[in-house]
Amino acid sequence: MHYTFDIERGNFADAGQASSSVKRALKHLGVDPVSIKRTVVALFEAEINAIAHAYGGRIDVDIDDGKIVMVVADQGPGIPNIDLAMQEGWSTASPQVREMGYGAGMGLPNIKKNTDELKIETEVGVGTTVTMTVYLA
Amino acid sequence: MKISEIAKLIDGELVGAPADDTYEVRKAFASDLMSDVLRFSMEETVLITGLCNNQTMRTSEMSDLRVVVIGRDKQPDEEMLELAEELDITLIKSRYSIFKISGILYGAGIEPLY
Ligand SMILES: Nc1ncnc2c1ncn2[C@@H]1O[C@H](COP(=O)(O)OP(=O)(O)OP(=O)(O)O)[C@@H](O)[C@H]1O
Ligand SMILES: [Mg+2]
Repeated sequence: MHYTFDIERGNFADAGQASSSVKRALKHLGVDPVSIKRTVVALFEAEINAIAHAYGGRIDVDIDDGKIVMVVADQGPGIPNIDLAMQEGWSTASPQVREMGYGAGMGLPNIKKNTDELKIETEVGVGTTVTMTVYLA
Repeated sequence: MKISEIAKLIDGELVGAPADDTYEVRKAFASDLMSDVLRFSMEETVLITGLCNNQTMRTSEMSDLRVVVIGRDKQPDEEMLELAEELDITLIKSRYSIFKISGILYGAGIEPLY
């Protein structure tokens, strides 16, 4: 099963719609609740990051019997220092993003914790692609 | 504790999805930062927050929260209320500060998430 979503820069009103659709699909497919929670928390964090820190982009989700692969690719400023970005509490979120309830610096650590595989490809001035895999029991 | 009992203790008003009175709340977590909420398992837990927007609802959806207390007299707009209903999340609106709400619920036996 394949799903694609567009993410719009700064559109916090609709932020989370992609993750919400994926959650409904996984429920419908009868995926176990623990895997659903891990998947949607990781996807939601990545979706928010693409809206909050980049200029929007695209989400691709592939679901098969054994695993869920999610790719969140944005056009954006990229991440200059991934080690720093992965640290709990480290954030460059703007005041506007903080007003929306984000900027704890916990998103990427949350993604790491909730996925079995995480790959972050980023180029400063070009964009970031986050690939997340959750294996199903 | 029942959702309706929580509402009564904090002089709250129930909005959003109708309260499920079979739902038992045992724990609470207070935060305005959504990624902090997303770190934890929210089973049998009420979220207490002053963040009152669509993101509160989306985060609650991803966290499987069924009930959220909106403190500091924040007023959810129509869109947020619709989202709450759609996602089957009951909101309790309260004039009290987050500190006061937390104190009252703690005193009444609701446990901290950690
Ligand atoms: N897609 C992205 N493009 C550019 N920078 C990013 C992207 N994702 C993360 N970052 C950078 O990494 C930092 C840490 O991201 P992380 O998701 O952990 O925290 P946050 O988004 O700042 O806050 P939180 O996720 O807790 O609300 C961000 O503040 C930002 O500087
Ligand atoms: Mg983030």
